[in-house]
Order: sequence, then C-alpha cells, then structure tokens
Amino acid sequence: MKSYETVIGLEVHVELATATKIFCGCTTQFGGDPNTHCCPVCTGMPGTLPVLNKKVVEYAIAAGLATNCSINQNCKFDRKNYFYPDLPKAYQVSQLYLPICHNGGIEIDVNGVKKVIGIHEIHMEEDAGKLIHDPWEDCTLVDYNRCGVPLIEIVSEPDMRSADEVIAYLEKLKLILQYLGVSDCKMQEGSLRADINLSIREVGAEEFGTRTEMKNMNSFKAIARAIEGERKRQIELLEYGKVVVQETRRWDDNKDTSFAMRSKEDAQDYRYFPEPDLVPIEISDEWLGEIKNRQPELRDEKMLRYESEYDIPVYDAGIITGSKRLADLFEETVAICNKPKEVSNWLMVETMRLLKEEEMEPESIRFSAQNLAKLIILIGEGKINRTVAKEVFEKIFKEDIDPVKYVEENGLSMVSDEGLLKTTIERIVETNPASVQDYRSGKEKALGFLVGQTMKEMKGKADPGAINRILKEILS
Amino acid sequence: MDITTLSALKVGKKIKQKELSVTEAVKAQLDKIKSQDASYNCYISLLEEEALSQAIEVQKRLEAGEWKESPLAGVPVAVKDNICTKGVKTTCASKILHNFVPPYEATVIERLKAAGAVIIGKTNMDEFAMGSTTETSFFGVTKNPRNTAHVPGGSSGGSAAAVAADEAFYALGSDTGGSIRQPSAFCGVTGIKPTYGTVSRYGLVAYASSLDQIGPIGKDVADCAAALDIISGYDRKDSTSVKKDNYDYSKALVDDVKGMRIGIPRGYLGKGLDDEVRVSILAAAKELEKKGATVEEFDLEAIDYAIPAYYVIASAEASSNLSRYDGIKYGFRTEAFEGLQEVYKQTRSEGFGMEVKRRMMIGAFVLSSGYYDAYYNKALKVKALIKQGFDKAFEKYDIILGPTAPSTAPKLSESLSDPLKMYLDDIYTVSVNLTGLPAISVPCGNDSAGLPIGMQLIGRHFGEKDIIRAAYSFERTKA
Repeated sequence: MKSYETVIGLEVHVELATATKIFCGCTTQFGGDPNTHCCPVCTGMPGTLPVLNKKVVEYAIAAGLATNCSINQNCKFDRKNYFYPDLPKAYQVSQLYLPICHNGGIEIDVNGVKKVIGIHEIHMEEDAGKLIHDPWEDCTLVDYNRCGVPLIEIVSEPDMRSADEVIAYLEKLKLILQYLGVSDCKMQEGSLRADINLSIREVGAEEFGTRTEMKNMNSFKAIARAIEGERKRQIELLEYGKVVVQETRRWDDNKDTSFAMRSKEDAQDYRYFPEPDLVPIEISDEWLGEIKNRQPELRDEKMLRYESEYDIPVYDAGIITGSKRLADLFEETVAICNKPKEVSNWLMVETMRLLKEEEMEPESIRFSAQNLAKLIILIGEGKINRTVAKEVFEKIFKEDIDPVKYVEENGLSMVSDEGLLKTTIERIVETNPASVQDYRSGKEKALGFLVGQTMKEMKGKADPGAINRILKEILS
Repeated sequence: MDITTLSALKVGKKIKQKELSVTEAVKAQLDKIKSQDASYNCYISLLEEEALSQAIEVQKRLEAGEWKESPLAGVPVAVKDNICTKGVKTTCASKILHNFVPPYEATVIERLKAAGAVIIGKTNMDEFAMGSTTETSFFGVTKNPRNTAHVPGGSSGGSAAAVAADEAFYALGSDTGGSIRQPSAFCGVTGIKPTYGTVSRYGLVAYASSLDQIGPIGKDVADCAAALDIISGYDRKDSTSVKKDNYDYSKALVDDVKGMRIGIPRGYLGKGLDDEVRVSILAAAKELEKKGATVEEFDLEAIDYAIPAYYVIASAEASSNLSRYDGIKYGFRTEAFEGLQEVYKQTRSEGFGMEVKRRMMIGAFVLSSGYYDAYYNKALKVKALIKQGFDKAFEKYDIILGPTAPSTAPKLSESLSDPLKMYLDDIYTVSVNLTGLPAISVPCGNDSAGLPIGMQLIGRHFGEKDIIRAAYSFERTKA
C-alpha cells in the first residue's frame, strides 16, 4: 500500500454570546418554547428590515484580532439564496465578497510539536431555525427561535494533517473564544459546530485530492472518529482504483460511518449578491482601537504569567488555564487567600477527580472562590487536617457550603489538646503490644498502624504530625 | 358642495376651522368611492369601519387641542397595498398574499397616524409593484379615470387613479422604477419620488430593496409637500434611511425660479418620444424660462443603458425578496401537494402572476454563478456610470427637466402583449431610482385625445426643495 497524507480544513460555526439577535432585539437565550423568541424581523415577514447589532461586529473583530487576522475595515453583507423551511426569508444574510476578518492563524502544539494553522477568513452571518420531525404525527414542525442568532464562521486553511491536529486546533480556538467571552462554545447546545473538509493525497504529492465535507459535527470524540473513518474510506477507494467523489457527507457516530448527503452535481447555486437592506460597515480606527484595548488576556499569556507571577509549574498552569472557568476560579481564590500553589493543588487534584466522577466539564463548576479560599485558610491555621479538609471540599464542590460554618456545625475542628492526645496514644500503645513489638524490632510500617488507630480513636480530628511526634516519644 | 374635489390641505383647513368634521370628511370620501369605484377599481380594501372609528378618535383629539401644527390632521389618505398596515390586509395585489394581515405597521403608517391622518383604504397596484399599467393585479385592472379605455399607469396606478377620481385627497405610492411618477403623469396628478433613504422602507413589502422608495401622490404640489413632511425622516428600523433632520418641504412652496439652472437631456427629447408630449414639455420649459430660469439642452451620459441595468438589478433583488413566499408561514398555500418541493413549486406556480414570474426568472438567471459577471456585475457598473453622468450634470444645473413617460396612457391590455415595449416606457424614470435621486411628476397639459401629459423634474440628492419650488412655480402659471 502506498503511504497517504490526510489534508483537513475546518469551517467552524460559533454562536456569539450577544444578548440579542443579529438583526433584531429578540433574545438569543437557548431553549424556550418553540417560536417564543421571535418577531416579524427575525422571521423575515414581508416589509421588515434588518438592523445590525453592533455587538456582533465587535465580537467578530475580537475573534479576528485574537487569531491574528487582518480586519477589513470596510466590509459588507451579502445574501446567500436557498430554499429551506427553517430559513424564513429563503436567503441567509452572510458575507461572501468582503468578510470582516481574513488571513490569520493560530499556533497549535501536538505532543510538543508546534505548528501554525492558517485562518482563511472569519465572517458574520445569521443562524437558521430548527426543524422538528414528529414521527408520531408524521409531520415536520418549524421552530424559528434560533433564526437570527448571530454566528461567526471561522474558515481554516487546509493545514491540518491528523485528527490530533484538528482536536488541538479546535480546543485552542474554543479557549480563545471563551476567554474573549464572545461565545460559551457549548458544543452540546450547538454553540460551536464544525464542518470537516477532508482529502487524501500520496505523501509528497503537491496537488490536493478530491475532498468531501462532513457537516455539523458537535463533539470532539465524534470528530476524531469521523476523521479516522473518512480517511480510511477515501484510502480504500484510492487503493481499489476508484475515485473520491466531491460531496457532502453526514457522519453517523452510532454506525461509525458516513453517508453521502448530496454531491457536487446537485449542489446549490446560492446566487450571492450584496445585501441591499444593510449599508456597508465602516470600522473606524478609533472603534478598532477601542476593541483592541478591551481584548482580555488570552490563555498563552496567562500560562506564562502563572509561571512567573505565581510560581506554578508549567504543567499545572496548562491544565488550569485549559478552562476559563478554572482559570477565573484560580485567580479569584488566590486573590483572597494568597496561596497559589495550594489553590492549584486543590484544582488539579481534588477538583479534577470530582469532575471525572460526576462526568462534568470544568465550565459547569458551581462552587465559589470564597469557599475554596476559606477552606485553604482553615488548613493553614491548623483548624482542620487534610483528611477532614477533603471531606469538607466534597461538600463545597457539590453544594458550595461555607466551610467555616460547616466545620463548626459538624464539630470537625482539630483537637489541639496535647494532654488528651497523649492519654489516647498511651491507651493505643497499651492495647496493641504486638504492633509495638514489631515497631521496636524495626518494622516501620507498624508505626503507621498505630497512628491510624489513634486517628480512628480521635475520629479523624487530630493533627497527624502531632500523633507521630508523641508516638515516637513514647516508644523511644 | 362636493368636498372630495378639494385639495387635502383645503380639507385639513376646513377641519381645523370646524367647517367640517373628520367624520364628514371620511363619510364624503367613502360615499364617493362607493358610488363610482366600480368603474375604476382603485381600491383593493376599503377600510370603512376602521376609518369611521378612527375619525371619531381624531376629532376628539383635535378638539382636545392636538395637531395644531399638523395641516393634514383628519384628512383621509389612501395607501398602496404593498405598505403594511397592522391588522389590515396587505396583499401586494397578489394571490400569494391575498389573505395576509401583518401584525406590524409600516413606519410611514405610524407617522401618518401620529399626524392625525385617517387611512381610508388600500389601493390597487401591479402585483408586487411589477408593471407599468396596474393590469397585473390579482384583484383586476384599475382604469384611468380620465378615460376608462386607458390604463392608469403603474405600479401605483390605484393610488394615482384614486387621487385623479377624487376617491382620495392624497395617497401613498411606491416608486422602484417610476411607479409613482408615471401613473401620476398618466392620471394628471402630482407625485414625488423622494431621495433614496428619505422615507423609511420599514413595512414596505420589498420589490427591489436598493431602488424602492415610498412617496406621496396628490392633487397638487403643496399637498405632496405636506405629505412628504409627515412621512420623511430617519427611522432606526431601516438601516438605509438617512440621518437628516428638518426636511420641511412645505417651506419650498415658493413661486420663484429666478436664476434656477435647468438642463434638458437631449436624449430625453429624441427617438421614441411622442410628438405631442415633446411639444408640451418644451412649452412647459418655456414657461419656466419666462419666470426667470435658464434652460438649456445637454447630453446626459450613459443614459441609454439605464433600462437594461435597471431590469437586471431590480429583477435580481426581486427574485431574492420574493423567495420567502413559499407557502410555509403565511399567505396562500396550494391545496394538493406531496412533499416539500411540491409545496414550494405548486404554491409559487399558482400564487404568482405572469409578470412576477418573468422577473423572478430573469433575476435568478442574472445572479446564477455562470452569469453573475456578465449581467449583474455589469449592471452595477452601468449604474455607477449613470451616477457619474448625473453628478456631472448637477455641477451645471439645479434641476433636470424632461418628460415623465414617452407617451400618454396606453389603452388597456395594449402593453400586456408586449412586455418589452412596456419596459421601454420606463426610459425616463428608471435612472432616477438607479441613482437614488429625487424627482417629481407634474401635469403639464393634455394630448389631443384629452389624456394628461406629465413633466418630470429631477433634483440632486436631497434636492427635493429645488424640484418642489420649480414644480410649484410651474403649477402657478396654469392657475
């Protein structure tokens, strides 16, 4: 078999986090009963006209700046004409001829190998509605709530060569957008969805092979599987001397294979032309400057700062900044308790463990920086030991309880009465002569047992350091 | 006395002076329509109940001291049926919207109501404003009140005919390629197509968005100016509306054209122009010259290509604007269908008339990927050239004068058989829409058959006051 190279380009649709739609004042809130978030404008009733939401332009520019794009300060909208029941005007207002951002790129890192993925353009457009197929009534219903929700489409160059690179690119893009606050990037709600353009060519070949497009992928796992599946399918075709047909395919993650949706031959002619209902957008230098000044610190800068400012290992900084929610939580907590390493540990170990157990994304963390900081302060003051602290943290993680109150109400404070501790240890030593014998004959493990027994007796509320010290004194 | 023959401003004055109640004005108007509209068919919907209850409300507020500065308060107005009226059928004279009741109001309607106007009815038109004769309406042909064997012009034929037949004191029309000016000329009334962006298009059912503009049709220039005062102004709901305050057109009603420089494009007087129209236009120009204006002929550049460029651009936009009528959300839906494609096809086949289909086909063709550059893009270039030609002319002239149409109103059904000829009849009007300029059509005589002739005066961007002043001064010469 010849050796092949996979060539992948992505078109990523991102729903912007504006409060209102792109061309009217309707809410963009997810959910809501069907057809309750719409008005004559977003449903394209006759005579109505679009009015551009300024925030959409600002968000698109912010995304462009963060991905090193050039901003087209004179851009405009075009109409993309096609019939579909969820597209009420029968055209989508989009940008073809002069997209707002172009010619950018972002750096990805796959197993230590760095590479820049080019971004061809970013353009603004409106979302369509949603069709609901009702098998019970055997009919199709239309929900126009999503009509007019603002989108940006980020079109990459065909620079990716593997699923790993695609995932790295998407993760990076997602983080940039989340840090900018331009989108929540919730894939399960469709706020971030990708079309994959994939082709195969022999290693060393200059020309691209014929590509196929897989539309609306909305989970990283499915994307990785779809790339693998489609790569294999195309190689098999070529190996058998067949040709790859340029077509749109739908990936079925359950069946682990893709199906042809429509071929190039019956592809639509979208009859694009300049949107006459909207005036061209002029982005002044002042406006652009304001947006530039407002750009927040992005992940890469943040990582470097964590390393230098908080003295956090680069690995930890990477994980914490890998989610905007975690990074925000980290910084807020440190601001209160001023113990960066300690905060980082709680996020890296216990938080990660519980997230995994609960099958949650860091974005859905509910607890507050205040309560985590209080917990860390309690430990620092020697009010509770680590065993108790872990138990309290689970409560914080799940219910965001106030640890000070909780420790008090449940009597979890550490026993600091040395006399009581000594009496207890003496009793343990007396009732466990075999272990005492073992320790004295050089079995270090036996000490651990005795510490454990003491802790058990103290109901976990003693300082393990103190137990160790007193035990050793008595046994010496 | 038959008050329906009065001008809108005179009726407004009588109402102010309590010589006439709003209800009396509305009733007189309704009676006139009911007694004679069967002969003309100016209206698609007559808003009898709504107008009468509105009249009582307006009267009350007038008595409470409102609208002191509103000269048309209480005066009934007719509105072209492509302008959305909340809770009232807006059909665009098409089967596909024959039952459409918008849940929202066009900005111009809001403004009329805020000025105390009473909406008396929705007037007939060419289907979706496509046509120059008002013969393509799903609701039947409108006839020219000056001679019912002839068309009233189009597409605002219903509005122009209503004003000519005293079935409306004044009316709103829309003008995409001459649709206010040409029927005004054919019916012997006055109509203004304002500068693009002067009047909000919100609620005007789009034909060709970059060319459409709402404007008034009245019995004289003063009525038109008064109506334009009400409906013009920036509207945040229309991004293409222009932020400009204090239009105050009525201030331009001055009988004086001394020093005004008027140019007549030589091409406007040449081949294809009816002799009687030419004589009448030149005589009118002479009148203005006698009043102190300078008049000369000049060559207007690129004007020969205006018609094809207009039909390419207008049809392209129309094909897109009208694709929303698919039988899914509102309006007419075919009764028998299987599957989605068939709903679309059957609904559109049955719902649209011949002329609309023709333009949608042309529009889809000129925008299709293989032909975009050859047609659409080229039309945009022609548009830019025509604009340059006008810009150059306005360096020298304040106003451009010419005929509104090459002939007087043709006979009914004459144009239907020869659409290409009908398109050519728009030769003097379309370039104004391509360039966004303001223009007015004023009656300037009759042909030997007694049919009215219209003179068109074109102004600079936002030069409405120039053309209103010239038209008003010309009107005085006949009084």
